[in-house]
Amino acid sequence: MNVSDPIETKETPMTITDNPVDNGVNVQALLGAREALSAAPEAAEFTWRANCTWRNGTHSRSTVADFTGLGTEQRHRTTYEFDVDHPECFASEDNGATPVEFVLVGLVGCLTAGVASVAQLRGIQLRSVTAAIEGQMNVLGILGADPDIRNGFDAVTVRFAIDADASREDLQALIAQSQKRSAVFDIVTNPTKVLVELA
Amino acid sequence: MQTTAVVIGAGHAGLAMSRRLTERSIDHVVLERGEVANSWRTQRWPSLRLLTPNWQTRLPGHDYAGDDPDGYMPVAEVVATLTRYARLVCAPVRTATTVHAVRALSRGFEIQANDDLLHARAVVLATGACSQPAIPGIADAVPESITMLTPLTYRDPGQLPEGGVLVVGASATGIQLAGEIHRSGRPVTLAVGEHVRLPRTYRGRDIFWWLEATGLLAERYDQIDDLTRARHLPSPQLTGTPEAITTDLNALTAQGIRMVGRLGRVADGVAQFSGSLANTCALADLKMNRFLNRADEWATASGLDDELPPPHRFAPTHVDPRAPLELDLTTGEITTVLWATGFRPDHSWLDIPVRDRTGHLRHDGGVVTRAPGLYVLGMPVLRTRASTYIHGAGTDSEALADHLHSFLSRRR
Repeated sequence: MNVSDPIETKETPMTITDNPVDNGVNVQALLGAREALSAAPEAAEFTWRANCTWRNGTHSRSTVADFTGLGTEQRHRTTYEFDVDHPECFASEDNGATPVEFVLVGLVGCLTAGVASVAQLRGIQLRSVTAAIEGQMNVLGILGADPDIRNGFDAVTVRFAIDADASREDLQALIAQSQKRSAVFDIVTNPTKVLVELA
Repeated sequence: MQTTAVVIGAGHAGLAMSRRLTERSIDHVVLERGEVANSWRTQRWPSLRLLTPNWQTRLPGHDYAGDDPDGYMPVAEVVATLTRYARLVCAPVRTATTVHAVRALSRGFEIQANDDLLHARAVVLATGACSQPAIPGIADAVPESITMLTPLTYRDPGQLPEGGVLVVGASATGIQLAGEIHRSGRPVTLAVGEHVRLPRTYRGRDIFWWLEATGLLAERYDQIDDLTRARHLPSPQLTGTPEAITTDLNALTAQGIRMVGRLGRVADGVAQFSGSLANTCALADLKMNRFLNRADEWATASGLDDELPPPHRFAPTHVDPRAPLELDLTTGEITTVLWATGFRPDHSWLDIPVRDRTGHLRHDGGVVTRAPGLYVLGMPVLRTRASTYIHGAGTDSEALADHLHSFLSRRR
C-alpha cells in the first residue's frame, strides 16, 4: 500500500533573487517566516481581535488595533474603525456596510492577497487584478420565517479579472492556489467552533 | 544474543535490506512479529491489488517473471512473492518475534524481542508506513449507532450492516473501497479532501510507466523543494484492476457514488462537509494536467511521438453544485463510516529520542538523526519519490546498506 504519491510537479520555478517580477510582495520575508516559525512553532500562534460598541439601532462601530503573534503583542500602524449597520430597506439607517458584506470583503481581500503572493512566488507579473464577489442569501432564514432556509449564504461566487504575463491555465492555478492557502476561504467553507458568552 | 545488525520487519523493505546486508557479509537477523509479509497477510483487504504494475514490482536480484507484466498483483500474490523472495535471498528471518523495545546503549543497541535481549551495532526499522490508521479526532463525535471501520479492519462489504456508507477520504484506499462497497448495494457517500488525480493509463501506457520514464520517481529527497509536503501527499486515485480502468471521481460519480467535501466536523450527530470541493477538484485537475504536460514534453524530446498515440486531456472533474454540506448521521440513512484517512507508522517501541515535535522520526534519507547506526526504510519519499512504492526499496536499501557498512568500518 502506498501512503504518498509522486505527483507533485512544480509549477513555474521559484525565483527569489534577481527576480524582475515585482508585485510588491516580499516573498523572501514570507519564506523566511515559514522557516523560522516551523522551527519556533509557539511564535506561530496568533490571536486576532476586534472590539465592538453598539451605537444605536442596528448600528455598531468596531475597532481593530492590536493582535498577538510572534510571541508578543503587536499593534497595527493605526486603529482602524468600521461602521456596521443594516440598509434602509431593512428600516435601518445604513451607517455602514452590513456584517455579511464584511464577510465578503474579508474573503475577497484574502483571496486577492493570495493571488498577489502566489503570483510573486511563481514569477508572474501582475498588471491588474480586480474581483467581484457576491453572496446569495434568502432572508427568510434570518427573519425566522422559514425553518428550512439557513441564515447564511446559499452560495458565494467570486469572479477574478487578472491582467498578467501568464497563460489562462497559469491564472487558473493562481486562483486555485490562493483559495487553498486562504484563511478566510477556510473559515467560510469549513465549520468553526464559536463560543459566545456573557462577560 | 549478539549480532551486527537487526532488521525489524520482514516485508519488502526488510527483505531487500537483508539481501543488501548479506551481499556485504554483514551478520544480521530479521525480526518479524508474524510471518513474512505479515501486514499483507493480516491487515489488507483481500480484493486489494498493488497500484504499481507487475513489471515494476522488482526487488534486489528479483525481477517479475510472471506472464502478466502489465497486470496489478493481488494481495495474495504479493504475500507469495515476498515469501519466495525471503527464501531466494536466504533472509535470516525470525518469525513470531515481536519487538517490545529498542534502546540505545553507549555502543550499539539493545533490542527486546519476545523474552530475549539482543544486542546489535546497527538497527534498521522496516515495519512500514501503514501500521496504524490515521483517524481524525472528529471520529469521537460520530453517534454510537454508526459502525466504524478502518482499512486495517475492513475485509469486504459483507461485514457492513445494510444501509448507506460514508467513506471519509478519496485517496487510493478510499476510492477503491467506495467503489467496492457501492457495488454491494450499499449507497456510498464519499467525503473528498485534497487528493491526487491520475489516469490509470495515458497514451497507451500505464501511468507508472510515465512516472518512471519522465524521471519523476527518481527525484531525490534532497532535491525536492517541499519535502514535508511531498512526504505527506495523499496516494493517487488509482486502483489496480484486471481491466486497468481509471477510477477517478468522474468514474465514481458515474457509478452513482455521491461526492461531498472534506469532512470538517460532526456536531450533534450531523456531519458537516467543506464547501471547498470545487476548488479541491480544480487543484487536482490542474496538477494532473501539469504532469501530463511534462509527460508530453518528455515524449516529444525523446522522439516517441510517432510510436505513442497522440496526447489528449481528460474531462475536468464534475462537481455537483448541489453536493450537500451536511449529513445527519442519526436518521439511519448512514449506518457505517469508513475512515480512509491515511496511515501512520508505529514506532512506539522505539525507546530513543529521535522524533520531532509532531511525532515523526527525524531522518536524513533514512539515516536517523542523532542516533548513529539507526536506519529507517520503507517510508514515503524516503530517498526518492519511488521510495513510496515497493521497487523503491531496491535503491534505498542499497544506499542505506552502504552507509551502514561504512558506519561499521569507522567504528571498528
